[in-house]
Amino acid sequence: MHIVEYRTLIVVWLVLVGLTAVLVAASFVSPALAVLAMLFITPTKAGLVLYIFMHLKYEAPLFKIMVLVALATLVIFIGMTFLDVAFR
Amino acid sequence: MSDPVHEALDHRDPEGARVGMWLFLLTEMLLFGGLFLLYAVYRGRYPHEFASAGKELSHVFGIANTFVLLTSSLSVACCLTALQKGQKRLCMTLLAVTALLAVTFLVNKWLEWGAKIHHGLYPGGPGLIGRPPGEVLFFGLYYSTTGLHGLHVLAGLIVLVVVLGLVAVDRVTPDDHVLLENAGLYWHLVDVVWIFILPLFYLTV
Amino acid sequence: MSQHEPAGADARSYLDRQGAGGLWSWIGSVDHKRIGVLYLTLMVTMFWVAVTIGILMRIEQWTAGPTIMQPATYNGLFTVHGVIMIFMFVVPGLPAVFGNFFLPILIGAGDVSFPRVNLASWWFFVTGALLAVLSLFTGSGAPDTGWTFYAPYSLRTGTNVSLAVFAAFVLGMSSILTGINFITTVHRLRAPGMTWHRMPLFVWALYATGWIQVIATPIIGITLLLVIAERFFGIGVFDPAKGGDPLLYQHLFWIYSHPAVYVMIVPAMGAITEIIPTFARRTIFGYKAIAYSSLAIAAFGSIVWAHHMFTSGMGEAANLVFSLFTFIVAVPSAIKVFNWTATLYRGSIELAPPMLYALTFIFLFSLGGLTGVMQGALALNVHLHDTYFIVGHFHYVMFGGTGFAFFAALLYWFPKMFGRMYCRATAVVAWVPLFVGFNLFYFSMLVLGLMGMPRRYFDHLPQFHTGHSVATVGAFVLVLGLAIFFGNLVKALFRGERAPADPWGGRTLEWTLSSPPPVENFAAIPTITGGPYAYNPGRKA
Repeated sequence: MHIVEYRTLIVVWLVLVGLTAVLVAASFVSPALAVLAMLFITPTKAGLVLYIFMHLKYEAPLFKIMVLVALATLVIFIGMTFLDVAFR
Repeated sequence: MSDPVHEALDHRDPEGARVGMWLFLLTEMLLFGGLFLLYAVYRGRYPHEFASAGKELSHVFGIANTFVLLTSSLSVACCLTALQKGQKRLCMTLLAVTALLAVTFLVNKWLEWGAKIHHGLYPGGPGLIGRPPGEVLFFGLYYSTTGLHGLHVLAGLIVLVVVLGLVAVDRVTPDDHVLLENAGLYWHLVDVVWIFILPLFYLTV
Repeated sequence: MSQHEPAGADARSYLDRQGAGGLWSWIGSVDHKRIGVLYLTLMVTMFWVAVTIGILMRIEQWTAGPTIMQPATYNGLFTVHGVIMIFMFVVPGLPAVFGNFFLPILIGAGDVSFPRVNLASWWFFVTGALLAVLSLFTGSGAPDTGWTFYAPYSLRTGTNVSLAVFAAFVLGMSSILTGINFITTVHRLRAPGMTWHRMPLFVWALYATGWIQVIATPIIGITLLLVIAERFFGIGVFDPAKGGDPLLYQHLFWIYSHPAVYVMIVPAMGAITEIIPTFARRTIFGYKAIAYSSLAIAAFGSIVWAHHMFTSGMGEAANLVFSLFTFIVAVPSAIKVFNWTATLYRGSIELAPPMLYALTFIFLFSLGGLTGVMQGALALNVHLHDTYFIVGHFHYVMFGGTGFAFFAALLYWFPKMFGRMYCRATAVVAWVPLFVGFNLFYFSMLVLGLMGMPRRYFDHLPQFHTGHSVATVGAFVLVLGLAIFFGNLVKALFRGERAPADPWGGRTLEWTLSSPPPVENFAAIPTITGGPYAYNPGRKA
């Protein structure tokens, strides 16, 4: 059983709020920057929640593999659908 | 249930319970994944319509609700730490705070949807008639995705309240807290999904 | 009776009266064995409903023009036949019945990880089944879209599609819960010494299946919800009139439904893998190849979905890539077939009823698989798509494959599950009409398809008349076989001889228990010291 300290959790929350601020700011600057921010900041935020808040960091490798398999499959599903819609 | 043998078999395996919960969360991710697939295709096909329709969503509501959910994620994470440290009162307070934040989110959502519907911006509504297909699809996806997400918030709220009760009557204790942990995991997932919804719908420029 | 009494022979069997007894001790039971029997009961019932519908369709094709029904009725019947057979028989078929009953026993556990979730899963199944049946009789007519619910027709038709779609959604939830339960059980509840490579191969198959259920089913979940939302609110995502793309419905549908055919077949292959070594008295050939080919099927089976859409107007890139992957996915299935055959080689084969049905499975499944590979070729696919060839192929795989594996598994495990032995001679007698009727029926469909008979037509042109007549005769012979087969088992349930603990000389853990197994499975959780098929000691598995 792993106890995550309050301090860690609060720091993560501050980072999440900060990243959201950057994301929002970028979306007001230019469309290109908005897309770039979306592509990099959003997965980072989700990763932080999964990794620290959801304790994935402290779980056995099995948990990480499971999440990775599911997300990879979703990416493949979306990617392979584009084999059709992008070349129609 | 009534059978003592199986009651005994239903032994405590917190890690097993977490494996099961994570598997369930993966199914939730893929459930929303289907919507994100549709979003990706249609955004690729109608980039300008998606941009112009996205401008009509309220940034304020989107950003406010993001803040609400991120904070509720913090509070639910803290309440597990509190319980593990034996701080039952603090744990219950934090659970109540999380539940309140969930209600806040739903109220915001209600106001936001209400305003949109008031302007006729709903599938088949007067505000969408005659609009280009891309914008109609944007709103179709907006309502499906945030609606499904809202249902999950509601379910999460119920789960939080139930767990709050279980902590109060010591069914969930510092030694046996997997139920709280799993409830927290569910709530975090609701947050993760919203993290994606914000830039896809509210910040599409 | 066996010479040595198995452990726990004097213990209370799971079939003995429990608590207050009565119906509730079954439908409220969290015992994985009772839940397995519950599934079996409901599924065989639904199977017969769908068989009856199938026969009605065959009678309709007896003459050209309307024979006993109008086109609209025919459309409703093939939809319902498909929905029931797919979602209520072949998808849950082996995992829900034999998986529930035997997975914990095969890995030396007392139950699955989440017994209550397991019961909830059965209740979802019952609810889904009831809703599906309800959708036939309520609203404005039985759904007439085919089991695929293709948009945009499914969005427009006035028939009761919404309820049927919701029923499929609920059945999907049942399937997901079972998958979660099995994966967790395999990870957490293996007995001491039961390493991954000592697990019986049926368990490997169930494990791979569980992953497909968990990963793919949510996609159909959201798709079906969107169809409902589309019908009620007109959100437009699949509706071409609103800029939506109906092909995306097909993508999402097949992203689930192609892997779903592996949910149907992989556990069937797993059961066959248990039966073959038992009756060849030989360790399975290529244990690891079979184990990992299950996972390979799960993985590759998830990326071939668009081969159902070659004629739908996809881009050329997609056609090529999905055609290539379709050929590749045949490889792990072939690996299994070769390993079964190699296991038979120089074995002392006993042609007991389960073995007879298992060998029939290999033959029929191979035919089904090979006709499937044919359709992977783009040029040929254009000719074969939406003809009876598809229907024939599908029934060779699903009925000849999963169906016959279900029969084989039932014959293999029936004595263990119910503690009674059926009449072996009758089981063999039933095989004759089953095999002959099956091939008359579905091979005619393959031929009709090559000649150009389109699927889902309630009528046929004169040149197809002979083929249809042969198929209908075959269907009746087949049903005769089914009646003998199930009649034999029902009779055995009440009047069968008491079955010994190990009637077949099996080596896996279920045969160490009494028949029927005690409530708690093992008096003490066993410690495992070797591989599952210890027939020829001295040889490594």
